[in-house]
Amino acid sequence: MTPILATSLTIGGAGLACSGLLALAARFLSVEEDPRVEEVTNILPGANCGGCGFAGCANYAEAIIVDNAAINLCAPGGADVLKSLADMLGQTAQAAEHKVAIVLCNGDTANAPRKFEYNGVADCHAAHAIGGGDKLCSYGCLGYASCARVCPVGAIEMTGGIAKVHPDLCISCTACVKACPRQLIKMVPSARTIHVLCSSKDKGPAVKKACKVGCIGCTLCTKQVDDEQIKMEGFLAVVDYAKPLDSDAPIEKCPTHCIVRT
Amino acid sequence: MGATIATFRSPGGIHPAYHKDLAAEQAIREMPLPSALIVSMSQHLGKPAIPTVKKGDSVLRGQVIGSPAGFISAAVHAPTSGTVKLVAATPTASGPRADAITIDPDGEDTWIDGITPCPDWRQLEKADIVNRIAAGGISGMGGAGFPTHVKVSPPPETLIDTLILNGAECEPYLTADYRLMLEHAAQIWEGALIIARALDAHTIRVAIEDNKPAAIAAMQAAIPAEAGDAAVVALKTEYPQGAEKQQIFAVTGRTVPAGGLPLSVGVVVENVGTTLAVWDAVVNGRPLTERVTTVTGGSIVQPANVRARLGTTYADLVAFCGGTTGPVAKIISGGPMMGFAQADTSVATTKTTSGLLLLGPDAVHAYESQPCVSCGRCVGVCPMNLMPNELSQFLEAEDYEAAEAYNVMDCMECGCCAFECPAHRPLVQHMRRGKAQVMLNRRKQ
Repeated sequence: MTPILATSLTIGGAGLACSGLLALAARFLSVEEDPRVEEVTNILPGANCGGCGFAGCANYAEAIIVDNAAINLCAPGGADVLKSLADMLGQTAQAAEHKVAIVLCNGDTANAPRKFEYNGVADCHAAHAIGGGDKLCSYGCLGYASCARVCPVGAIEMTGGIAKVHPDLCISCTACVKACPRQLIKMVPSARTIHVLCSSKDKGPAVKKACKVGCIGCTLCTKQVDDEQIKMEGFLAVVDYAKPLDSDAPIEKCPTHCIVRT
Repeated sequence: MGATIATFRSPGGIHPAYHKDLAAEQAIREMPLPSALIVSMSQHLGKPAIPTVKKGDSVLRGQVIGSPAGFISAAVHAPTSGTVKLVAATPTASGPRADAITIDPDGEDTWIDGITPCPDWRQLEKADIVNRIAAGGISGMGGAGFPTHVKVSPPPETLIDTLILNGAECEPYLTADYRLMLEHAAQIWEGALIIARALDAHTIRVAIEDNKPAAIAAMQAAIPAEAGDAAVVALKTEYPQGAEKQQIFAVTGRTVPAGGLPLSVGVVVENVGTTLAVWDAVVNGRPLTERVTTVTGGSIVQPANVRARLGTTYADLVAFCGGTTGPVAKIISGGPMMGFAQADTSVATTKTTSGLLLLGPDAVHAYESQPCVSCGRCVGVCPMNLMPNELSQFLEAEDYEAAEAYNVMDCMECGCCAFECPAHRPLVQHMRRGKAQVMLNRRKQ
């Protein structure tokens, strides 16, 4: 026997034996999986953004089938995915309110001065840890793009030293909300256009010193609405997104123009 | 009675320019009461103290104005008598805000009643010593600010045989501990005896870098007869010899395990300033209301070692030292290696403010961070034997699991790696960010 033949027989034999074992294992050790899980996974968009609260699309699909999770949690999928899921599973489901992320700070380079020259790691968490951040306002957007880097669809643009979310691109995954060290990013109903673009809890004089477009807590806006659609939380005016609001009066009255229509 | 014993050297380390000559020969100066004191509730490691006074209250020196918020916390006392003007969240030297009490001094500087000296501390029970230290609100004055009463009350099954007094002061520029050793050697030794008694430690070592021969001689001459196995150890001058774990290795040859405390190898390390504060609290019954801070740097007209009340603003300290010589490019609270850069001088001193450094434009350089060139110099100088090159790249990629596996949590942020890095990478900042995130992830699990 030539060495080549011997080698081929040995390797081939070992291969055959192993494949036999694998075939047996596949037959007797197989785990039953509901075929619907795969079907649901195929319906989901496959963005694996995590916005539904599960680890990814496959995980969410499993939760839908096994744990009866709500089927309206996939924001990127929107109405189409919801309809396909409802048809397939024979459920009726109300579409969840479509929400998009918004950065509640408008203090760009022109409006919000910096208190020192920051020359470190270009990351908001790192900058925030040094003297509370280089921005004079200790609540405002630092502009080192920690949110933009985690956005899976590139919906966040850094402009004028602050982050801006493009609502038409946002897939509501909430990754940016978790990435902001100053908790500036909120999920708001996409139909809403009037926002208080400030998150400073400071009193008026301190805000005035730190930013030209900050909320100084003058409460004028709250007097322009009839049902507390804008109300004061400490020294900060906050929009109550649960109540409808479509009036230009608060925007016109705001002395620092921190209330805007987007 | 001990003699100076051999010189030691720990692994890693660097040799920065020391600049100690600026303030080393300046005897400690008492600073008069400033117009306002801003006393932070976060002067120590652990939970900030809880304010116990409100706006309008009048307080006396030594009165408790912040009560400890748990075991790893420390009381805060009024540094002088006066009126509470404000209780509000105020930025601290390291950045985050903490409650601070602003006191308007009345100029009388009246001590509170009930200050009970105890020159006969040798009669005290161990627990009484610990109680007096806790009542004095003492926390580590070298920089980290670990509450001292916690350090001196180890779990009962732990045997502590060695007390090391840390007088290395390896941070460039700083000379506060040096002056304390020159001017208060006897009191520091008595403080050491008190701590050794509380710990049942039979060996006392004073560790001083060998670039301070005068301090070595002063501490050597002041060794008390009753001290037993006591000696001054001259350490080779090398940063960071003052770091706790490095110093323990240099002095005793013992290695503190990763993530462990010095008491796991039978050692407690106390800064010499802390030891002096312990002496004051136990022997004189006076809580910690002042400390010596080195105000120095090229921009200070008259660099000095200043004994100032806790809560003195940096602006008042600078004014007391004659103001500035010209434009200031950098303000650092602490030493240049481990201190915190400040945006202005509005922050006030705490129990951990060992120095205030004002540097002119000639001493400050800004560099752009470059990619790692894999030269390995950071690995060579890391006193904790870490690989800052690998770690910083993991952290740049936000791979916190890998950073944790490479022991980012053992980094003590001494800055040797960043000092050496030819690519000017902000390595320490990466580590800080990584450590914070790993801690956060661990808490989530």
